[in-house]
Amino acid sequence: MTDNKAPISPKKIIIWTFLFIGAVIMMTPIIFMFSASFKYNDQIYELALISSEPTLSNYIYLFENTEFLRWFLNSISVALATTISVLFFDSLVGYTLAKFKFKGRKIVFVLILSTLMIPTEMLVIPWYILARDLGLLDSYIGLIFPGIMTGFGVFLMKQFFEGVPDDYLDAARIDGVGEFRIFTDVAMPLVVPALSALAIFTFLGNWTAFLWPLIVTSSAEIYTVPVGLASFSGEFQSEWEMIMTGAAVATLPTLIIFLFLQRYIIRGVILGGLKG
Amino acid sequence: MSKRTIAQKRAIWAWVFMAVPLVYFILVRFYPTLDAFSISLTDWNIVGEKRYIGFDNFVVLFNDPVFWVVLGNTFEYLILGVPISLLLSFIIAYYLDQIRFGHGFLRACYFIPFLTTAVAMAWVWRWFYQPVPIGMINLALGQLGIAQFEFLRSTTQALPAVLAPAIWAGLGFQIVIFMAGLRAIPKTYYEAAKVDGAGAWQTLTEITLPQLRPTIVFLVVISSIGFLRIFDQVYNMTQEGEGGPLNATRPLVLHIYKAAFDDFEMGMAAAQTVVLFLILMVITVFQLRVLRHDR
Repeated sequence: MTDNKAPISPKKIIIWTFLFIGAVIMMTPIIFMFSASFKYNDQIYELALISSEPTLSNYIYLFENTEFLRWFLNSISVALATTISVLFFDSLVGYTLAKFKFKGRKIVFVLILSTLMIPTEMLVIPWYILARDLGLLDSYIGLIFPGIMTGFGVFLMKQFFEGVPDDYLDAARIDGVGEFRIFTDVAMPLVVPALSALAIFTFLGNWTAFLWPLIVTSSAEIYTVPVGLASFSGEFQSEWEMIMTGAAVATLPTLIIFLFLQRYIIRGVILGGLKG
Repeated sequence: MSKRTIAQKRAIWAWVFMAVPLVYFILVRFYPTLDAFSISLTDWNIVGEKRYIGFDNFVVLFNDPVFWVVLGNTFEYLILGVPISLLLSFIIAYYLDQIRFGHGFLRACYFIPFLTTAVAMAWVWRWFYQPVPIGMINLALGQLGIAQFEFLRSTTQALPAVLAPAIWAGLGFQIVIFMAGLRAIPKTYYEAAKVDGAGAWQTLTEITLPQLRPTIVFLVVISSIGFLRIFDQVYNMTQEGEGGPLNATRPLVLHIYKAAFDDFEMGMAAAQTVVLFLILMVITVFQLRVLRHDR
């Protein structure tokens, strides 16, 4: 391997230049989206990134005259509630399957694993009927219930709990710690990397989810950001600066999370991608 | 206390911990799965009585030319999307892995689109594709003196135009997974190849690619499933979310959505979800086969 003191080869410079151009192309849609959100309607036909008179008026209009703020809070609440539930239940089941010996353990694991083969699209019709029969259509519980536990998370957490030494758990048992406390206070802290990966996956998945929220919601107060944005954009048809402002608001939270947690997110994606 | 009672106590705890999740998985995963199969055998408009009609829905489906167009579109997304996205992401990952200067910055630029909301980005791309003077792409082409593209208005260009943001958004994930795969290849292999006088191309085809086989299989399967399930982009980029023009972009999931929640033909929609399930099943079995073969 070449060390740092080696002169920079022309080949490396060419590679770097191409990669840089590619990176700019990748960021172009996001950059133009933000750029348009600070423009007036008559300026969005210009290719200039920063307009001569940037404005916040689109954002002000969006938050004052549409229900975007409501959708934003709905999305945050739904994604947070789902994530907390998934973290708790998926690790509880994963932990039990990894660390308890009991009859039927294999069957339970195989059954939960087999749910990974079932695509969401196949379940939305029965879910819709279930929600209708239970009076959950167009409600927050209706939005949340299909995702509060996942086969993927159980599988991921089981893999990681298997790496936790039994000695730790037995030591706690000898000290008289209850089984549930052993799970929360001894086992959980040992799998924090897996928990953070699962949290990132679940939050992102729920923040961007579209199909089920589109199906289960019908009144604007319950919409999540993607559903709201879709209906809002349909109405605003040619007012692209407003649509881009809505899109920017939908994108901003994940970008901010990425800026702060970049390392964990990429590691989490690799962890979840390869183990899952 | 005897050993047996401790084991029994543990088993009781295990079932206590799993009681709620088990009920949930049965109620929200298993029962709905069986229900979907059952509904696929009925003629049902959601409010009236379910009428069992055997496999009639499937017969109707396979005699419906529109359904074949939809299936064709679905596989077109797959056949275009998988090779293009894997080739691009591999090339980028392969070279990005060799770069130290600005590595983190470049990686972030490639990765960020993966974190975006598909609905939001669909509208950004839809804007880009508009004719002059609105659409950025045609505006830029116009300034360069190049002819305009119809994009979403054309029956031939619309599908690739809808596919582009899906590929774009998935690249970051594939690049990160490829780079993890590249890092996992032992350095000694490359050193041995160097000693043997292997060139860059030979090293790539005889060491890097064979070593990346599990990574490639994984990405082919994951991205195949993703492209077969495309929905958000099509719903948001086509007129009225119809998958037009003239069904030219309509994929299976959108067809299911329309049948179930616009026309309330639940039996027909459920039958299509069964078709989707079977297609995805074949891909998963293929993956398990290949990976088992490797071991």
